[in-house]
Amino acid sequence: MSKLLTISPSPHVHTSDSVNKIMYRVLLALLPALVWSVFMFGLDAVRVTLLAVVSCMAFEYLIQRFIMKEVPKITDGSAALTGILLAFNVPASIPSWIIITGALVAIGVGKLSFGGLGNNPFNPALVGRVFLLISFPVQMTSWPVSQHAAVDALTTATPLGILKEGVKSGQPVSALMDSLPSGMDLLYGNMSGSMGEISALLLLLGFGYMLWKKVITFHIPVFVLGTIFVFQGILWMVNPENFIEPVFHLLTGGAMLGAIYMATDMVTSPMTHRGQFIYAAGIGVITVLIRNFGAYPEGISFAILIMNGFTPLINSYVKPKRFGGTN
Amino acid sequence: MTIVYTIITLSAIGTLAAVILYFVAQKFKVYEDPRIDDVEKALPGANCGGCGFAGCRAFAEACVKADDLASLYCPVGGNDCMSGVAGILGLEAVVQTPKVAVVRCNGSCEHRPKTNQYDGALSCAVAASLYSGDTGCQYGCLGCGDCVVACDFDAIHMNPETGLPEVIDDKCVACGACVEACPKTLIELRKKGPKDRKIYVACRNEDKGGIAKKSCEVACIGCSKCFKVCPFDAITMSNNLAFIDADKCKLCRKCVLECPTNAIIEVNFPPRKIKEDLPPKPAEKAEKPVAAPKSATDKNQPDNTEN
Amino acid sequence: MLKTFKLGGVHPAENKLSADKAIEKLALPKSVFIPIAQHIGAPAQALVKKGDQVKVGQLIAQAGGFVSANIHSSVSGTVKKVDMAPDASGYPKQGIFIDVEGDEWMESIHTGDDLVTDFQADSKAIIDKINVAGVVGLGGATFPTHVKLMPPQGMKAEMLIINGVECEPYLTSDHRLMLEKGSEIMVGIRLLMCALQVNKAYVGIENNKKDAIAHLRNLVSADSSIEVVPLKVKYPQGGEKQLIKAVTGREVPSGALPIAVGAVVSNVGTAFAVYEAVQKNKPLIERVVTITGKSVKKPSNFLVRVGTPVQDLVDAAGGLPEDTGKIISGGPMMGKAIASLEVPVTKGTSGITIMPAPEAKREVMKSCIRCGRCVTVCPMGLEPYYLMTVSDKQIWDKAETNRVMDCIECGSCSYTCPADRPLLDYIRLGKGKVGQIIRSRKK
Repeated sequence: MSKLLTISPSPHVHTSDSVNKIMYRVLLALLPALVWSVFMFGLDAVRVTLLAVVSCMAFEYLIQRFIMKEVPKITDGSAALTGILLAFNVPASIPSWIIITGALVAIGVGKLSFGGLGNNPFNPALVGRVFLLISFPVQMTSWPVSQHAAVDALTTATPLGILKEGVKSGQPVSALMDSLPSGMDLLYGNMSGSMGEISALLLLLGFGYMLWKKVITFHIPVFVLGTIFVFQGILWMVNPENFIEPVFHLLTGGAMLGAIYMATDMVTSPMTHRGQFIYAAGIGVITVLIRNFGAYPEGISFAILIMNGFTPLINSYVKPKRFGGTN
Repeated sequence: MTIVYTIITLSAIGTLAAVILYFVAQKFKVYEDPRIDDVEKALPGANCGGCGFAGCRAFAEACVKADDLASLYCPVGGNDCMSGVAGILGLEAVVQTPKVAVVRCNGSCEHRPKTNQYDGALSCAVAASLYSGDTGCQYGCLGCGDCVVACDFDAIHMNPETGLPEVIDDKCVACGACVEACPKTLIELRKKGPKDRKIYVACRNEDKGGIAKKSCEVACIGCSKCFKVCPFDAITMSNNLAFIDADKCKLCRKCVLECPTNAIIEVNFPPRKIKEDLPPKPAEKAEKPVAAPKSATDKNQPDNTEN
Repeated sequence: MLKTFKLGGVHPAENKLSADKAIEKLALPKSVFIPIAQHIGAPAQALVKKGDQVKVGQLIAQAGGFVSANIHSSVSGTVKKVDMAPDASGYPKQGIFIDVEGDEWMESIHTGDDLVTDFQADSKAIIDKINVAGVVGLGGATFPTHVKLMPPQGMKAEMLIINGVECEPYLTSDHRLMLEKGSEIMVGIRLLMCALQVNKAYVGIENNKKDAIAHLRNLVSADSSIEVVPLKVKYPQGGEKQLIKAVTGREVPSGALPIAVGAVVSNVGTAFAVYEAVQKNKPLIERVVTITGKSVKKPSNFLVRVGTPVQDLVDAAGGLPEDTGKIISGGPMMGKAIASLEVPVTKGTSGITIMPAPEAKREVMKSCIRCGRCVTVCPMGLEPYYLMTVSDKQIWDKAETNRVMDCIECGSCSYTCPADRPLLDYIRLGKGKVGQIIRSRKK
């Protein structure tokens, strides 16, 4: 024998799955929604996405190479994923310099300052998004009109924004129904909003793909959406004039995008299914609270970030069901 | 006007909190011997655990409580530090000979060919629990560097050429962390001889001579030649392995020449004056960067300074 | 719905290349090395010395305690030496070297292949015979069988579970044994039931061995006390606790033995060995070993004498493939990589798996992305990622409170980790360390 035999502890076989595969599969799952946003918002969507992805990867490379002095790992796909999620969370009309700033905050502050992939307590894309929302509220909330819309305007309001303003000014929900998009429009995404969040149908398609490829389990998305549905449903039954029907909240804003792609971020979500239930229920409740009673029309980003903060606590207190034990 | 209110409110909260903190601190004050702080200041503050306590604070507490310092010693601070501690407490300091870690394996890639490739977690402990090692010698260094990880003082490093750890004598404080970490118990704390000179058997192979020699060129084969030549009875033989007692060794270096496999290493000695009747020894690489040239092949070099 | 265990589990590619290869007798080796510690517990004490003549089946090492097992010569010939040599454990172990001369058996052993079904229903006598024959669990753990058959004070066995799961990828030795020696196994099961004084036995077989399920069902059709239970294919179903859970739904409490829920688990190979020991007076001197691997020319199942060097098996299977990167004693999930072909087949060797070089190497470890897959697949409900961290950082008390001792070392966590982290390497280390701490505390 010319070569030496290899010795290693068992097991000697390994699944074909890898971190890279997971990341690229999530990217692939996001593709249909990206196509839809290009269809809706035109070349602006391409510009924002490319800028976000490229600058996220560039910042990751530069920081890892020159500040952290380690071998850059941009090929693992996580920076690209952060970039695309960041792009999905901003209006397509956002100025280029803002999205680049967001990428720097997302990668630099949200991820690498904690040590890189696997060590960040908060979802980097959401850190970037919330930073932008607080720093540049005007640019972050001027929603461009779809290029296929008949109206002659440059900006418009999101369905959640219309609802919020209406309820605030004392109108009953039933009176607002006319100015809101129809249920079908909400489902396939004919409304205004952040780039990637509008088409619930295509986001669900990606969810199906990820389930099929076993990238994620159904738990977190179903629990998040289920909690939103139940909690909003209770409010709606108590007072239908003040609170809109629950399905509306599932299809608008970032509910789908957040529940399927951002709450499920493995690094920042709990390990056990029981823990995931607590985490997801928290996200759902906080989202509904912010949407109905808070200052912002949309709150899932904040909800996810808040529950991200609880994840280590959940992980250390919620243990998996042990074999042969009461615990 | 808003600013004024803000300042007043914040100042009021601040004052209130300060008052509460003051009273709480008074109420829950725990008496501590002030000498503990003094002793702690006299210690190096490395918190390495080399003294056997959880850290410098715990060691200081133990010193203050103790009636004499006989069993308490800070290897990092050494005698100076302990005399300082003794001064504070008005006790007698115990003088100990300073020690340094030595690696008792010289099985570099060259001397000890690999027989298989280890591909598990990069940890000596994991490798040792799995099998005897990636060479024919089950006693030798595994080369995964658990000692390097254990060292808080940056005093031990892996040499990528030999695949063995090397101790930097000046940095080593003899805390013993590496001794604990090595699953093959290859690292020993040895007395720092005069001018840092030391002689030791760099091998722990207990196999019979033939088997040991087959797996490693520089293994101790248990031939007892050094044992016979030692004029000070410093060498003991057990399980086919020689061991030099540092307390008895007078650093005469007779054993080094006697060893047929070059398993005995001398460090920090000046080059030896060659006696005509000694046969020249086979060429050998210097094991340590700090080691002075030591074999007959270096005889033509001029006397260099003693490091 | 097929039965299976609930928590965790993975499904690695099965690769049962030798499933349709009938068991062949391997030619006698030239010399054997028989380690004196082939079982869990105290090593046996060697009874022979250099120059002694031995026959096949002769006792050459006496059990060294209650939890120990006799060792018999598997060949006839001259004892060359009693010395240390590496076995599959990776460390040199004491053992007996015998040069083979002829094939002379002890007179007491019935060598014929005829099926002997009748036996005296005397529990004690059966256990004694098993003890004398040095039968140990052949599934891999090699726990002495006679100890298992004598439950501790105050515990009563309710059922016998026969492990025909063979959930390890590649291995087929149990599968073939069930197909070819089904009737003998059935007698063995009845003997074990009699020894345990139970009147119910289950044979758990994974559903990828439909022929074996059908064959054994056919054999037990008249007997309602033995039930063949087909199980969903899932690793590590062959783990004792997982098998009990799958078959009966009972969970063995943490730290307890299967007898705590009234179950005794034995491998099909063990049942066959029990048959031979009791009905034929034949000690455990040979076993079925699968030799397999993607590049192996003739993946086969051989009946091999204990002590035969792995080299002989490899030669009989068409030689060592060119691209060999790793040789594993056992299956790829729990087997041990061996460094030389001189390593002998022992009582616990269920197979030799030869991995091609590209598959033999591990990927570089990346940082943990906290995906939680290790937690999901852990059949014991542990948190491998956490146990790895505390073992690496040497926080042994945390490892203990998080039940590192429950780990069955099945390797599902390391198998499934997308970041290629060596979870089990560190957990095994922590388990060893915590075990030491617990033992020293008891003293």
